[in-house]
Amino acid sequence: MITKLDSKIPSGPLETKWDRHRFSEKLVSPSNKRKLTIIVVGTGLAGASAASTLGQLGYQVECFCFHDSPRRAHSIAAQGGINAAKNYQDDGDSVGRLFYDTIKGGDFRSREANVYRLAQISTQIIDQCVALGIPFAREYGGQLANRSFGGVQVSRTFYCRGQTGQQLLLGAYSALCWQIERGQVTMRPRTEMLDLIVVDGQARGIVVRDLVTGRLSVHMAYAVVLATGGYSNVYYLSTNANGSNVTATYRAWKQGAAFANPCFTQIHPTAIPPGDVYQAKLTLMSESLRNDGRLWVPKLPADTRSPHDISEGERDYFLERRYPRFGNLAPRDIASRAVKAVCDEGRGVGPNGHGVYLDFAGVIEQQGFDVVRERYGNLFEMYHRITGEDAYRAPMRIYPAPHYTMGGLWVDYNLMSTIPGLFVIGEANFADHGANRLGASSLMQGLADGYFILPYTIGHYLATAKLPPVAEDHAQASAALHRVTSRITRLLDAKGGRTAASFHRDVGRLLWNHCGMSRDEAGLKLALASIPALRDAFWREVVVPGSGDAFNQELEYAGRVADYLEFAELLCHDALHRQESCGAHFREEHQTGDGEPTRDDSRFAHVAAWEYREGTIPILHKEPLAFEFVQPTTRSYQ
Amino acid sequence: MRFTLNIWRQKGPNEAGRFVRYEASDVSPGMSFLEMLDAVNQKLLVAGEEPVAFEQDCREGICGSCSLVIDGIPHGPDRGITTCQLYMRRFPDGASITIEPWRARAFPIIKDLVVDRSALDRVMQAGGYISVNTGGAVDGNVLLIGKDRAETSMDAASCIGCGACVAACKNASAMLFVAAKVSHLALLPQGEPERTRRVSAMIEAMDREGFGSCGNQYECEAVCPKSISVRFIATLNREYLRAGIVESALSSESESPHAESV
Ligand SMILES: Cc1cc2nc3c(=O)[nH]c(=O)nc-3n(C[C@H](O)[C@H](O)[C@H](O)COP(=O)(O)OP(=O)(O)OC[C@H]3O[C@@H](n4cnc5c(N)ncnc54)[C@H](O)[C@@H]3O)c2cc1C
Ligand code: FES
Repeated sequence: MITKLDSKIPSGPLETKWDRHRFSEKLVSPSNKRKLTIIVVGTGLAGASAASTLGQLGYQVECFCFHDSPRRAHSIAAQGGINAAKNYQDDGDSVGRLFYDTIKGGDFRSREANVYRLAQISTQIIDQCVALGIPFAREYGGQLANRSFGGVQVSRTFYCRGQTGQQLLLGAYSALCWQIERGQVTMRPRTEMLDLIVVDGQARGIVVRDLVTGRLSVHMAYAVVLATGGYSNVYYLSTNANGSNVTATYRAWKQGAAFANPCFTQIHPTAIPPGDVYQAKLTLMSESLRNDGRLWVPKLPADTRSPHDISEGERDYFLERRYPRFGNLAPRDIASRAVKAVCDEGRGVGPNGHGVYLDFAGVIEQQGFDVVRERYGNLFEMYHRITGEDAYRAPMRIYPAPHYTMGGLWVDYNLMSTIPGLFVIGEANFADHGANRLGASSLMQGLADGYFILPYTIGHYLATAKLPPVAEDHAQASAALHRVTSRITRLLDAKGGRTAASFHRDVGRLLWNHCGMSRDEAGLKLALASIPALRDAFWREVVVPGSGDAFNQELEYAGRVADYLEFAELLCHDALHRQESCGAHFREEHQTGDGEPTRDDSRFAHVAAWEYREGTIPILHKEPLAFEFVQPTTRSYQ
Repeated sequence: MRFTLNIWRQKGPNEAGRFVRYEASDVSPGMSFLEMLDAVNQKLLVAGEEPVAFEQDCREGICGSCSLVIDGIPHGPDRGITTCQLYMRRFPDGASITIEPWRARAFPIIKDLVVDRSALDRVMQAGGYISVNTGGAVDGNVLLIGKDRAETSMDAASCIGCGACVAACKNASAMLFVAAKVSHLALLPQGEPERTRRVSAMIEAMDREGFGSCGNQYECEAVCPKSISVRFIATLNREYLRAGIVESALSSESESPHAESV
């Protein structure tokens, strides 16, 4: 049972909290490190950077991922870039400004101390990545290049063409390869964690399934690190890779780790609109397009004329109209909601009215075709391949898509969850982005957690906790193994006539409609009433062919869908409790006359951390957010 | 649209495989190739049959998971894309399409269209890294790198590790993969200190894993979804040659004091 949430934030001035904290942390002696095994689940930016650094420090690391190679983690798909307060452009950036932008971007729902530390570490990340051989974009003079990115007014984003995530991940993966070669890290790809083992209140191991042979096994350690990414796929369609899922964090929740702010889910404004029912994912069109593209819809509803036949006077450049100061560069949550609003008014374009135009005619006319092609050529090509349309001639059509989850397992300043010994890093934790994440800051956070924060804080835990050896056949390990076996058997035994995907689509639609870009009490209650019936139907009617002791992709998938069908409820409970609009969480009941969100600091300036209770609704614990250094203001981009 | 599919089915690594015919109906031109296969699988599932196993994840051409040989060509008929980026409008309505896994000695089949590509990871572990510790790196702008050099390094670094180059090569050689990795780091000053050891270790590992030798047919470049140029194979050959010279020079240096003492 969770008694009190202690964020363990060091006292004293913001600028020196992390330094002082590091100094006061206990260290593990080198000879002892060798005897300590740490489990790292996940090899995205967060997991790979953590596992390699822990290996380098001398710990024995056992690292797991469900992918066939650590290099394929979803981080690979990040396009835009990574922020750092280097101020190489001398345009007024600083640690303080990155800190402030991130706190404000998150609508004052994150911890000051965490965000400040993130901004401080950001500069070290770039140096580390350069040392690892990451081919960042450069200026002619040989210096690192920057661009500006979503919702900020300085150029602080570092990038490798449109493949920043790929290059950063390959860097972390290569560091991991080195530690594998040295024997410090044992890598187990194609292995899925299916449960957490907690012994005497401490996380001591995991149960995994070898995805090739189907064999289940128990792995024990002195600490467990989850770096398993986000859960946007609970909506069925999202910009995430298909394999991304909530299972690891959800199973940890059921073993006692609090889940924080699950309803803070980011809907990205610029994805290619959904098509037919078999559509497997939504493709993101980089945010950078909004640097030059203008969003508009016809002023009249149900206007089916071709965009070329709609004159300037008949167009509504709705972001420029509503947010004159930021215009088309308004932050993601704001832009997405504005798109939804015009579509709800019947002014959306394309099939089902699910789309708005992103128009490049102006920039092509002013700066020329070649400039646009140089900047966005690959994106236009991708758009053409998917839609068959040429965005040089007619505007793109875009629509919002689930993209990132700010919510995740609750962690303290040391990145430890409410289960001692269970650490959570990267998108899987809830920490730094509050109610909305700014572009190019997730890669930064994943690498900050993995390279620079966790390796320190986990040492202190290992140096101070009492950790008697536990055997693989400990009663708690056997119990966890039994939980996993019985779930698998149940899935295989259902032998119904409906596919897991059909249930996934249903729960996704339910959430998208009632717990998506905007939420209200009636809708959330409807979703909460519908989910249990859907879940019951799943367990009765799902079909999973084949057996558990062989390579069985449908079994893997059905297990993940089963977890979504439970997790969806947690999402709705959280959205229902938060009777305010903040960041990506927009409650219809809480808005101004002209549709701007109204935050309620007097009642909701807290982190909502939910505790699992079997058979009943989860228990809410609140971690109050104190603002000592910045004054929460109305987040206005008008 | 409708298609007739000839798909390679194989229960496990040690079982015999065969082609099985499936009809894909109600396909829309805007469906991706993998979505078309998803639809076939959904029907198989409802009919109580085992779906066709294939690998995929990002579905946007960057993770390197998807790996199908379509009508004899890895990643299908179009250049510079992965299987997941291929759309059905590319095929004539009514076409027969043959779908096979990557075939190479170093990539044993796991099931149906899924192969084991861990050999590529082991080649990377042999030396595809810069061994710097976390922390203590100098400022990123201390070593200037010219734009052209950085861009060329990035060209090589854009390899997604899918293995299509191996699947396309008659000798199942992994030269383009190794060339991309070696060139990426050899072009950067940070890669310099381990330049010699890296290339030798990676080439050795490549041979050990059972990849064949390069036959200079350049099928690899033609199927590479990132259009990585075979120029990098020339770079690799130069790096390897250079390593040989450097290594022999170093070993004779270190031998000489020993020789004197005899
Ligand atoms: C299309 C797209 C573009 C983006 N662009 C940017 C950008 O430009 N800048 C930016 O800052 N952010 C961007 N993001 C967000 C960012 O990419 C992610 O938030 C970040 O990469 C997450 O990293 P991670 O290490 O936390 O998790 P992931 O990269 O998702 O890795 C998860 C790992 O956990 C493993 N795993 C998960 N569950 C299990 C299990 N049960 N058992 C075993 N292993 C498991 C997986 O195999 C994988 O290795 C983008 C996201 C998307 C979808
Ligand atoms: S699925 Fe990722 S490259 Fe095709």
